[in-house]
Amino acid sequence: MHAPDGFLTAPTAIATGVLSAGAIAGAVRASRPELDDDRIPLAGVTAAFVFAAQMVNFPVAAGTTGHLLGGALAAVLLGPSLGLVVVAVVVLVQALAFADGGLTALGYNLFNMAVVTSLGGWAVFRGARRLLPASPTGVTLAAAVAGFASVLLSAISFSLMWLFGASAAVPFDRVFAAMVGVHAIIGVGEALITAGVVAAVLAVRPDLVRGADGVDPGAERARLPRTRFVVIGLLTALVVAVGVAQFAVDEPDGLERVAQDLGFEEAGREHLLANSVFSDYATTGVASEPVSLALAGIAGTLLTLAVGTGLLLAIRERRGRDPARADQTAT
Amino acid sequence: MGAGHTHALYVHEHSVAHRLPAHVKIVATFAVTVLIATTPNRQALAFAGFAVLLATVARLSRIPARFLLARLVVVAPFLLAALFLPFVASGPRVEVLGVSVAEAGLWGGLGLAARALLGATASLLLVATTEVPELLRGLERLRVPALLTQIAAFMVRYLEVIVAEVTRQRRAMTARGYDPRWFWQLKPLAAGLGVLFVRSYERGERVHAAMLARGFTGQLPALVEERPTPRSAWLVALVVPGIAGLVRLLAGFGDLGIGGGVG
Repeated sequence: MHAPDGFLTAPTAIATGVLSAGAIAGAVRASRPELDDDRIPLAGVTAAFVFAAQMVNFPVAAGTTGHLLGGALAAVLLGPSLGLVVVAVVVLVQALAFADGGLTALGYNLFNMAVVTSLGGWAVFRGARRLLPASPTGVTLAAAVAGFASVLLSAISFSLMWLFGASAAVPFDRVFAAMVGVHAIIGVGEALITAGVVAAVLAVRPDLVRGADGVDPGAERARLPRTRFVVIGLLTALVVAVGVAQFAVDEPDGLERVAQDLGFEEAGREHLLANSVFSDYATTGVASEPVSLALAGIAGTLLTLAVGTGLLLAIRERRGRDPARADQTAT
Repeated sequence: MGAGHTHALYVHEHSVAHRLPAHVKIVATFAVTVLIATTPNRQALAFAGFAVLLATVARLSRIPARFLLARLVVVAPFLLAALFLPFVASGPRVEVLGVSVAEAGLWGGLGLAARALLGATASLLLVATTEVPELLRGLERLRVPALLTQIAAFMVRYLEVIVAEVTRQRRAMTARGYDPRWFWQLKPLAAGLGVLFVRSYERGERVHAAMLARGFTGQLPALVEERPTPRSAWLVALVVPGIAGLVRLLAGFGDLGIGGGVG
């Protein structure tokens, strides 16, 4: 997401630049007490860690990989203000010393990759911690939710900027759907890595996790309230689905459009499921469009959930049955 | 550790561009990228002029073309996006090679690609002719808060060490047969990063303690002697944005779509 020069219009670059500079200045002031103690080397080495962590590619699905944004992780580990300062330094050095991201694009790159991820991630983290028990497991789960939300928020912020400062006439809803769709998947990776790192640090040096205040590391591991977590997760997924579905358009998408223009749409047979109740992301037979889109979104989420659960159960069963395989995973 | 002191993107050479003070070069580069970033989509002539200008600067600074081209891959994802623009944009459509595409999207894609490539080239020329400590010093002279530049300095200083640690960790995991392909195989990777964070943090604590023991008071001593910038340095450096501005003017402002606005 390191946008190059001239990706968005000049007014957008200036406006986001002012916003980012303000946020960073505020964060610098807020983290002064911690850095007053001349602990700059610590912040610097942590920034190097974030940079290195961004270089580690993680698998998304067979063949494709994503990489960490790290804003939520830095906020959970260092607190929102120092986290923001550290990630902002990373983005700044990437633009200036590695030519990754344009110099005039610094305003929106800093905003999307440092400000939104660390502050937004922190807000979600605090909210999630309130709902979850004050145990290491609770903190780890809250970190996962924050990691996922930070990537999604970053994608949403990016598409909103496109709405105001597009350098080409691509409709907002298409950009939004593409960005949020892709990043919902990348966000899962971010969530897993963020949670994994927080869990590992909690196990070795719980005093280094700033977001774990009020947690007694010595306390026995509280059992994960599984039902509560599943219910929360399901509700979040449904809310996202209902919201995102509103942006689904019944206009043909890019590929369909190309197909139309090239005239091979006729040749393509109607989709097998074209007459199913949810074709074109809206339930047939429901008059109000938002309601119908929302219904389609909910149905899609439940369907995905069911298929995913079934897949996981199937894999687990196969592993259980195949002793050689089970042995392999155990060692 | 072990590796040289210079940065991977720095090209050791002797040229006018290498000798100029860093802050002067930062200002000049920023001015050029502003001009590039605000050039409207249809100004093909202006883009060509910028390309010739940057190529000349590269030649005079003895930066090999192969070096620049190899480093331009950082903008590749956005070139891909530019490739899709003609198909997803709205508005009147035109025929190109028998394929109907949105006219605005076509120009938008070309403009996007040109600005991304030229902007990245300008930034690369700055990095290739300036060592990173110099760059950070230059930023400080341009009134960027010392706190940020000092954190950045430590970051750059320890980056190699920490990247080497990641590499060793990854190699050890691979040697033990770990080759993740799916989401649910991520846990060891995340745990490894957690260990890396603790190690980095503890290294930071040790570095800090060692610096305190040697009398660190929160101010880093200047290793480079500060000299007043001669006016000639500014004159030389600002020739480049000057020519870029002239190119913009000569190519005509056209419909003045600010920042490559639609059209």
